[in-house]
Amino acid sequence: MSTKIDRAFYDIGHLDILAEADTPLHRLDPRAKLLTTAVFVVCVVSFGKYEIAGLLPFFLYPAVVIGLAELPLSFLLRKLLLVSPFVIFIGIFNPWLDREVMVQLGPVGISGGWVSFASLLLRFSLTVGAALLLIATTGFGTICMALEQLGAPRVFTVQLLLLYRYLFVLIAESIRMMRAQSLRSFNAKGRISYRVFLQMLGNLLLRTIDRAQRIHMAMLSRAFTGEIRIVRQFSFGYKEACFLAGFGGLFLCLRLTDLTALLGSLVLGITG
Amino acid sequence: MHMADALLSPAVGGTMWAAAAAATVYCSAKVRQSLDDRKVPLMGVLAAFVFAAQMINFTIPGTGSSGHLGGGLMLAILLGPPAAFLAIASVLTVQALFFADGGLLALGCNIINLGIFPCFIAYPLIYKRIVGSHPTRARLLTGSLIAAIVGLQMGAFAVVTETTLSGVSSLPFSSFVVLMQPIHLAIGIVEGLVTAGVISFIWQARPEILEKAATDQPIGILPIGKILVIMAALTVLIGGLLSWYASEHPDGLEWSMFKVSGQEELETREGLHKDLAGVQEQTALMPDYGFKKSAAGDSGRLGTSVAGLVGGLLVLLLGVVIGLVLKKRGAGGHDHSHPHDHDHSHPNHHH
Repeated sequence: MSTKIDRAFYDIGHLDILAEADTPLHRLDPRAKLLTTAVFVVCVVSFGKYEIAGLLPFFLYPAVVIGLAELPLSFLLRKLLLVSPFVIFIGIFNPWLDREVMVQLGPVGISGGWVSFASLLLRFSLTVGAALLLIATTGFGTICMALEQLGAPRVFTVQLLLLYRYLFVLIAESIRMMRAQSLRSFNAKGRISYRVFLQMLGNLLLRTIDRAQRIHMAMLSRAFTGEIRIVRQFSFGYKEACFLAGFGGLFLCLRLTDLTALLGSLVLGITG
Repeated sequence: MHMADALLSPAVGGTMWAAAAAATVYCSAKVRQSLDDRKVPLMGVLAAFVFAAQMINFTIPGTGSSGHLGGGLMLAILLGPPAAFLAIASVLTVQALFFADGGLLALGCNIINLGIFPCFIAYPLIYKRIVGSHPTRARLLTGSLIAAIVGLQMGAFAVVTETTLSGVSSLPFSSFVVLMQPIHLAIGIVEGLVTAGVISFIWQARPEILEKAATDQPIGILPIGKILVIMAALTVLIGGLLSWYASEHPDGLEWSMFKVSGQEELETREGLHKDLAGVQEQTALMPDYGFKKSAAGDSGRLGTSVAGLVGGLLVLLLGVVIGLVLKKRGAGGHDHSHPHDHDHSHPNHHH
């Protein structure tokens, strides 16, 4: 139990550390990365249900980003695995329900269901990977700033930022509570009964509310006006335009032209 | 449960994004209008609390599944609907980015599924009605239980509808419903019990916190409200169009091409790429293999239009509810001549 929490805690912190690196990709204006990611995700999910070949070239983008931003691949893959159960749970019904043979590999017939399941897994890796890459190359505060510049309401972005700031504090607080609880219950093996759980949650909530009031007073006394201030300076310039136009154009190209078909049939030609 | 990018079509994801963005803009304007700037840090910190609480929640014995506390109802009770909606939206944003829960396109769906239903339906129409202004332990328990269950059932149903309309999963609509609703009944019961427990704990320890939240100020009619109504109407329109479009084409083009056999691979892909508008029809079809296997276009059309109808109805319902909430707010606003007299607020009894 607590290992799971510790790991989640560590993961957020680790993504934050990754985002603080100083590579060409990290120095790009966050808006360029946000918009490029959006184009990427929409292109990936707009493919037909049985598309496999067309999706494969899209792995180019994560590869380039991981390379340029010097990100640890194993860490990202582990995060992908951690969240995959839901998609697998829904997708695994495809092979079961859709049994018509679609591709014949010698004596083995592959049903449409397996093809669409594979397609689903590819989409999942690409879209979720894209989100992780965005945060690992940008950082949360900077994304909040980009969202505001792109028109998100200030109230929303400010409290998004506050949520993130106090996430660490509160998670640390809940870890302390759970440790205290487990030290006081010898035979429970880390299990928390409903009544104890409620009291812990209630106390955590009361502490949270008090903390919010202290935070607000402290912020006011430091002249907080509701504006987000980020140390690193960004501007949407030549590089950003190139990044967005280059990758955005590539994605659209891969999505719309026969280049995919060519590549796809090549891939299928090898496997088939 | 979180919707995932991989299960979505761009049309469905985009529509839900538009709806979520409109709701966020609307709620932000509402919160700003209430001029209670103390609420902004409280919102952020309580959203962080939901995170911390969700982490403890995984350890409750007896559930067996990994269903976690949405926290939506609890936030609605503590903050009031618009502020709670923003807090939930930001929790989901952080989850999408850091925990890779769902993904960026699915964020719109998740915000609607887990934010709108608890904040604008379960809390004002169920919880508030049952608990009223003089809570008792029994009322708190029934109110929280029913509100949490209803909110989660609607959210789960929305997940099913969005998945079915997107057509990436082969799971037939009916079996998916049968699969999802009971799971979420269990999750809803857990959530209702936990919400009731924590709220009654707070109610005993610090009743003023709840009283303050319960007497959330009605605010005069905002122009932004009209924008939301327009956006809701647009959503209904797009959703309706989408489902009609889907039902106009009873059988998947690609499917029939596959059946022809031979060079299906290339032909299909050409068909896919040549016609950009075809993207919707390809991906929005109800992918029920059973219907298609029974060949006759009729049953296929039936299946598709059922999904379309349900989706359309759902969005329509959403629009109606938002309209109702706005209307209620508007009516409530008349008692208060000044929009920001919340400093000496009095409870507003006619809810």
